[in-house]
Amino acid sequence: MSDNKSILVIGGGISGLTTAIEAAETGYNTIIVERNPYLGGRVAQLNRYFPKLCPPYCGLEINFKRIKQNPNIKFYTMAEVENISGKEGNFTVQVKLNPRFVNSKCTGCNMCVEVCPVERPNSFNFGMDKTKAIYRPHEMSFPMKYVIDSTACPGTQCSKCVEVCKYNAIDLNMKAETLQLNVSSIVYATGWNPYDATHMDNLGYGKVKNVITNMMMERMAAPNGPTKGKIVRPSDSKAVKTVAFVQCAGSRDENHLAHCSSICCMATLKQATYLRDSSPETKAIMYYIDLRAPGKYEDFLKKVQASNVIEMIKGKVAKIEEDSETQDPILVVEDVLGGKKIRQQVDMVVLATGMEPSIKGKGTGVQLDENGFVIADGQQAGVYAAGVAKSPNDVMTSLQDATGTALKGIQSAARR
Amino acid sequence: MADNKIGVYICTDCGIGDSLDIEALEKVAKSELRAPVCKSHPFLCSDDGVQVIRDDIKNEGVNKIVIAACSARVNTDVFDFDQYLYVTERVNLREHVVWTQPPKTEPTQAIAGDNLRMGITRISKSEVPIPKTTDVERSILVVGGGNAGLTAALEVTGAGYKAVIVEKSPALGGWAKKFYKSYPVKPPFNQLLSPTIDNKVKAVEGNSNIKVHVNSTIEQIEGEPGMFDVKLKKDGAEEVFRVGAIIMATGWKPYDASPLSETYGYGRFKNVVTNMEMEELALKGKIARPSDGKPAQSVVFLQCAGQRDEKHIPYCSVVCCNVSLKQAKYVRESNAEAGAYIIYKDMRTPGIYESFYKATQDDPGIYLTKGEVRGIEEAPDGSLLVDIDNQLLGQDVRIKADIVVLATGMVSNMIPDGMAVNDLTPEYVGEWVVRKTQDGEIQELNPTPWTLKLKYRQGPEIPHLKYGFPDSHFICFPYETRRTGIYAAGAVRHPMDGLQSSNDATGAALKAIQCVELTAQGKAVHPRAGDATFPEFRLESCTQCRRCTVECPFGVLDEDEKGTPKEHPYRCRRCGTCMGACPQRIISFRNYSVDMVSAMLKSLDVPSEGEEPFVVALICENDAYPALDMAGINRMQLNPNYRFISLRCLGGTNLVWVTDALSRGIDGLMLIGCKYGDDYQCHFIKGSQMASERMSKVQETLGRLNLEAERVQQVQLAINEWDQLPKILEDFSEKLKGFGPNPFKGF
Repeated sequence: MSDNKSILVIGGGISGLTTAIEAAETGYNTIIVERNPYLGGRVAQLNRYFPKLCPPYCGLEINFKRIKQNPNIKFYTMAEVENISGKEGNFTVQVKLNPRFVNSKCTGCNMCVEVCPVERPNSFNFGMDKTKAIYRPHEMSFPMKYVIDSTACPGTQCSKCVEVCKYNAIDLNMKAETLQLNVSSIVYATGWNPYDATHMDNLGYGKVKNVITNMMMERMAAPNGPTKGKIVRPSDSKAVKTVAFVQCAGSRDENHLAHCSSICCMATLKQATYLRDSSPETKAIMYYIDLRAPGKYEDFLKKVQASNVIEMIKGKVAKIEEDSETQDPILVVEDVLGGKKIRQQVDMVVLATGMEPSIKGKGTGVQLDENGFVIADGQQAGVYAAGVAKSPNDVMTSLQDATGTALKGIQSAARR
Repeated sequence: MADNKIGVYICTDCGIGDSLDIEALEKVAKSELRAPVCKSHPFLCSDDGVQVIRDDIKNEGVNKIVIAACSARVNTDVFDFDQYLYVTERVNLREHVVWTQPPKTEPTQAIAGDNLRMGITRISKSEVPIPKTTDVERSILVVGGGNAGLTAALEVTGAGYKAVIVEKSPALGGWAKKFYKSYPVKPPFNQLLSPTIDNKVKAVEGNSNIKVHVNSTIEQIEGEPGMFDVKLKKDGAEEVFRVGAIIMATGWKPYDASPLSETYGYGRFKNVVTNMEMEELALKGKIARPSDGKPAQSVVFLQCAGQRDEKHIPYCSVVCCNVSLKQAKYVRESNAEAGAYIIYKDMRTPGIYESFYKATQDDPGIYLTKGEVRGIEEAPDGSLLVDIDNQLLGQDVRIKADIVVLATGMVSNMIPDGMAVNDLTPEYVGEWVVRKTQDGEIQELNPTPWTLKLKYRQGPEIPHLKYGFPDSHFICFPYETRRTGIYAAGAVRHPMDGLQSSNDATGAALKAIQCVELTAQGKAVHPRAGDATFPEFRLESCTQCRRCTVECPFGVLDEDEKGTPKEHPYRCRRCGTCMGACPQRIISFRNYSVDMVSAMLKSLDVPSEGEEPFVVALICENDAYPALDMAGINRMQLNPNYRFISLRCLGGTNLVWVTDALSRGIDGLMLIGCKYGDDYQCHFIKGSQMASERMSKVQETLGRLNLEAERVQQVQLAINEWDQLPKILEDFSEKLKGFGPNPFKGF
């Protein structure tokens, strides 16, 4: 069954991994091109999945194992697609491999980090802590190779890491390379970025110190996060007693994201369980437009409601300000059912920011809808999309889709 | 086959050489375990290091390679030797030893020595797999001819395979045939679409690679992936054929609205209809009242009718908000003067459907509010008076309606007619019966053959979860099924709309094809994809205890009349649960066996005295093993008196290991595995649960040895909970100290 031409999967998040692995296990060659220095994408940053509250790393571990033992799969990290030409069955794809400055001889011994004198904000943890300029993206990152942030590293004038590395694994002069791939089909599994919360002036993100996003909350709750799993507020690292969740922060709003991001209600309910687990006295309030816990997820909504950790108020948050003395955020909310305005002071606010397709505005030549999602059946033959690149969905739905997309890729190979 | 020759390669880097006495380790390998080749290397994962191994393979005939270096999770591409020619065993000296222990101490050296002993022992009991390729049937059976089934069949043929559709009704198309229009799934969102199901039906009927059986039901399916034999009943006659894999796309049925009579007047008032009945009204042309055919001026849609409600359907059916928006547009298109009212709990139009919701809101004739029904009355002229608690206005309103549409939900066709979603037996749809046995009366489940009618000892259908949805560990691996080669797709799995069910069916089509292809090569499917070993049974020693046939999570084993296991190897997922179940130890793999772990336990250098309890921990290789690696990567210090043995799954834990361990003076045995219960995390579904059930019976064994049952403990640990490891180990150690040393020490 093996085909000499591969299916190219752009994006090594959970959807891209699924498409690539499922196709490879069916007997087809696949190539993953991932921009980050590690595979796993957004879910690698999640503490737990709803509704089972299990760690995404369990599934990633299985998927990485499937990659390791399957010769049909090739992957490139720190790689970006620069140009695509050709047609189904015969695409030529130019890929830029950005320099990692660390080669395959890296054993992951950590000596370089110990001597590196420079720090950088840790992007994996949304800047809530720091790593050295040479770093491991996170403990479980795959591939288990270190990487240098060239914007932070002083380069050859320092070279402390080069000197300490016994394996000649660090090359500060590493240059970007270009790679030409010949593939039969292309799958965009480019996923999403959290919507930039600074765009919502009224919600105070970036100005009110104790306003964070739901993705930051995931990192904070994670045992390997910036606070080692402790949920504390940024201004003074105090444990939080009252937390407000602001739903549809950017989503369902024509000035920001017109679509519903599908997952934010469930994500907030899940994060309420983080609060419950960290301290049973914590009180959470969720301000929502509609509670969207579709399908079987209704059970999770009921379970969280029953645990009394979270009060749910149908209302739109108009404004968030900071109490200058306590640095507590103060929310002004229009309580729809109560028919009144509420002023609520809390220790911390979590904005349930939505998913913005990463491919939006990239000018890749793929047909996008008005929200920036890849239109499912509007592409040239041999070009497909999987997961959130196509539609804002939860992990399970994205992976049903990603598995199906593997078959689409195979059909392109079979049609040649 | 050539003689076995073990080569042991010890890497001295990444702190290993600084921490450990490498010469002493070499002595363990060479003198104690008589490994014919043992070398150390300063940088084993370098080209130079790997070349040393390759040279020994070539020149020395080494075919069993022990890499004593870093974790088995890293450098897999570097230490990659043909699995059909060479056995490779990774001994973790880095993450699990020198990164979690102080350097140059006796206990640290002791762990390294024991890890090497266990590794060499493991490899000496391990053989390369013998490829078991087989002729398979590659066509795919699709049960159900609705949207999902049609899609699956078309997608299968798109990749060059054949499909067979079995549909019980006289025509293809399913529920989608009964829809007047469908809601948009892409821009422009202000327009309803004509259903496309007829195109799909035509495409299927015109496809020579798809065989369609309508008016047909399955009488029986027996066999395994690559060779399922299907017996069909068609127009009273039987037909038999073979398929390679199965897609169950049997869809859904509308919730029977008759229990909604009291609250909603359904059945009492002629003009109260369900959403499916509304489609029928729309198909007739004008939207008119069922009671007298008068064109409807006002239609009220009541969302979640019998849904999100413990008394009826506790879940949400996902589609009903969109369906009511669509039907509100029917009303408006049918009569520009008419008004539609949608009364909801929460509007659920997730994702891109928000745009459809918005476009519908722009119509001033469609009025939406959050509210609850207080009551419905019928006026003498047949119109309905609906009292609503309008929660947006904060007041009660009365709406006069010509028609009230109940947005009733979807029920999986996994559930036989006449059974309710809230009234299901665990795992297999069926009835409880009381059976008299020697031990008295026991309650036993008598499963109902309903759709697939599998001839499996473990029941005729795919096991189901809550509300009758077929089983799957549904987040990371949505096609993980307990019946290898059988994949559910579409609304039978859980409520979904046409778009999602098409996507789902395409995914199931891929999995079906993949299963056939891997089966042909004699390889396992997920999660041990590519594993080419099979369980082997020494049946002459079988006592027909049936433990393996009951406990296999995947229903691999049937039984003959006496209860001897009858194997269906291609159903197997290689977890080893059967091996753990067997008291006679007759089940083993070429590279994994009860004897192997027993020998590893016996290889340990158990201290004959000492204050600190000596513990062996059996760990799940997917979660607990990486968690230990993470402890190492974070340089956490762990109790040095533990030895870790990784298992494919805790389900493989055999009780004999308890005796083996404790009778050798090991003070305690710990099992570290995945969480079990409703939100189980075990990818072999029940492995860790099975282990815990077995351990609950260990009392008897330990009683015979005069030992405390608490010397055996199972811990549930998720992969990201490595921060808890030090305490878990310390706590168990402390507890064991309370019992004093194992009296068997030194025997």
